[in-house]
Amino acid sequence: MKPKSLLLAALAAVLATAAAAKDIELLNVSYDPTRELYVDYNAVFAKYWQAKTGDKVTVKQSHGGSGKQARAVIDGLAADVITLALAADVDALYDNAKLIPQDWQKRLSNNSAPYTSTIVFLVRKGNPQKIKDWDDLVKPGVSVITPNPKTSGGARWNYLAAWEFAKRKLGSEAKAQEFVARLFKNVPVLDSGARGSTTTFVQREVGDVLLAWENEAFLAVKEFGADKFEIVVPSLSILAEPTVSLVDKNVKKKGTEAVAKAYLDYLYSDEGQEIAARNYYRPRNETVAAKYAAQFPKVELFTIDAAFGGWTKAQKTHFADGGIFDQITTK
Amino acid sequence: MAGTVSTLAHVARHRQRRSLGDPRWVRVALIGAALLFVALFLVVPLAAVFVEALRKGLGPYFAAFADKDAQAAIRLTFLAAGVAVPLNLVFGVAAAWAVAKFEFRGKALLVSLIELPFAVSPVISGLVYVLLFGAQGWFGPYLGAGDHPWLGAWLNARDIQILFAVPGIVLATVFVTFPFVARELIPLMQAQGKEEELAALTLGASGWQTFWRVTVPNIKWGLFYGVVLCNARAMGEFGAVSVVSGHIRGQTNTIPLHVEILYNEYNIQAAFAVASLLTLLALVTLVLKNIVEWRHRRAIEAAAAADLRQYAQ
Repeated sequence: MKPKSLLLAALAAVLATAAAAKDIELLNVSYDPTRELYVDYNAVFAKYWQAKTGDKVTVKQSHGGSGKQARAVIDGLAADVITLALAADVDALYDNAKLIPQDWQKRLSNNSAPYTSTIVFLVRKGNPQKIKDWDDLVKPGVSVITPNPKTSGGARWNYLAAWEFAKRKLGSEAKAQEFVARLFKNVPVLDSGARGSTTTFVQREVGDVLLAWENEAFLAVKEFGADKFEIVVPSLSILAEPTVSLVDKNVKKKGTEAVAKAYLDYLYSDEGQEIAARNYYRPRNETVAAKYAAQFPKVELFTIDAAFGGWTKAQKTHFADGGIFDQITTK
Repeated sequence: MAGTVSTLAHVARHRQRRSLGDPRWVRVALIGAALLFVALFLVVPLAAVFVEALRKGLGPYFAAFADKDAQAAIRLTFLAAGVAVPLNLVFGVAAAWAVAKFEFRGKALLVSLIELPFAVSPVISGLVYVLLFGAQGWFGPYLGAGDHPWLGAWLNARDIQILFAVPGIVLATVFVTFPFVARELIPLMQAQGKEEELAALTLGASGWQTFWRVTVPNIKWGLFYGVVLCNARAMGEFGAVSVVSGHIRGQTNTIPLHVEILYNEYNIQAAFAVASLLTLLALVTLVLKNIVEWRHRRAIEAAAAADLRQYAQ
C-alpha cells in the first residue's frame, strides 16, 4: 500500500471505531496479590457492562505494594478506582491530596471491603521447623519472611496479628513490643510487597516460614503443588479488610464516574463474590460464603477496630515515621 | 673480581627469566581460575536465560511474544529508545563539539553536568520526575488539577499526563542515557584537536561543510559506538523507569518491567522468553561494540600519531 492510501485506511479505521459503541478505559490501582482476582473479575465485569449499556469497557491493572500504590495515585497516577490492602492506605488519598472525601469508607457496605482475608503461615513440606503458632516464629534459628510494613499492606496485617497474639498471651503491650521485635530479628529480608516476599520464599527458597495473605498462600500451593508447601493456620489471626474506593477527583475529570461506581458495586454481586471466593478471598455474601465454607480454614479472627482502635490509630502508633516499628528496627 | 661480576650478571639474568616466566602450574592455575570465573559469572547466567526461555519448547517461547501486554511493552521500549537515542545523538555531538573545540568559562562544570546521570542512582533519576511532574510536585499541579489560572486550564483541557504515562517514561530514559554519546565523543574529539577544522575554514569551507566533511567523518566510529551503548541502556533501563511508570499493564510497562511482572506472576518461562529478547539485544550490542571499538582505537591511534609527528617537527 502506498503511504497515502495507508493513511486513508488508518483514518477510516479511526472513524469507524469512533462511530461504534463507546470504548471506556478504567484504571484499577491495586495491591500485590490481587492480580489473578482482577484479571478474572475484569473480564466478567466487561461482559456485564456491555450487556447493560452496550459500551465496551477495558480495565487496566496496576499492582504493587499497597502503600507504594497509594503514593503513586497521590503523585498523579490516574486511577479511577483503588482496591488496596487496608483502609489506612486509602485514607492517605484524603490526607495528602484530597482526592476522595473523608468519609469514603461509609460509601459502600461492609466498611468498603467487599471481601476479606486473613494472615496464615506458609511452610515447606513436612514443616521441618515444626511451626504451629505465632510463638514458634520468635524461636532462635527460625527464618521468617514478611514484606516491609512501611510499604506493604499485608505486612502491616502480619505485624498487628503477631502483636495482638503476644498481647493476649503475655499480658501487656510492653511484652508484645518485645515479642514483635524478636520476630523481626528473625526476618532476613524485607521485600516491598507481598508478591515479592512470596517469590523470595517460594522461588529463591529463602526462609522457613512465610507470613502471607491467606489467598497468596493458597495460590502458591496451587501454583507449585501441595508436595512442596503446607499452610499452617495459627490459633489467632486478624480479620484483614482490603478496602476499595472510587477516586472522585480522577473520575470527575475523566467522566468515568458511573462506570467506575458500577465496577465497585458489582464486586458485591453474587457473581463478584463468587469470583472473589474462587480466588481464595473470603466472600461477604452469606450464601456464597456458605458455598465455599469448606475451602477456608476455621480460625479465631479479631478485628483491628476491636484490638487497635481502627486503622488511623494503629497507623500512627505503629507505622508512622518514628513509630514503634521504626523503634524496633533501628535498635 | 671479574668472576664475581659474571656470577652476579648470571644471577640477575636468571632472576629476570624467572620473573618473566612463571612456573607452568601457576600459569595454568591463573588462566583456569579466570576461565572458571568468566564461565560462572557470565556464560552460565547467559545460557540459563535461553535454557529457561526454551524449556517448554518453541511454541510457548513465541507465545510469550504474542501476548498483548508483551507487545505493548516492546512497542513502548522501542518508542522510548527511539526518542532518547536521536535526542542524545544530536545533543551529544553538539556538547562534545563545544567542549572539545572551544574554550569557555564553565567548561568543567558543563562536563560534570553531562556526566551527572551516571553518578546519580536511577531511583533518584526517577524520583526527580515525580518531584517535578507529580500531582504534589513543582509543575504537576499546573498539569493535572487545573489550579493555575490559564496554563492549568489549557493543559487540563488537553489532558496532558506526564508522570505515570508515556512522556514520563521517555523523559526518564532520556535522562539516564544523557551522557553516553557525549562521553564517548569528548575524549576522541579532544585527541583529534581542531587543526583539521581550522584548515578547512582557512580554505574557505562554510561551518556546515566543515562539520559534515571534516568533523563527522573523523568521529563517525566513536559516534556509532556511543549510539549503540546509549540504545542498549535506553532499552534495558529498569530503576528510573520503574519509578515513573505506574505499572499499568499494556500501557506503561517497558520490556524490563514486563519481565518482572511475568516473573512475579509465576510465569517464569514467559519471563525468561521476554528477557531473552533483551539478552539478544545485549549480544548484538556486544558484537557491534567490538567491531566499532577496533575501528575507534585505530582512529584514536592515528590522531595520537599525527600529534606526535607534529611535536617531532
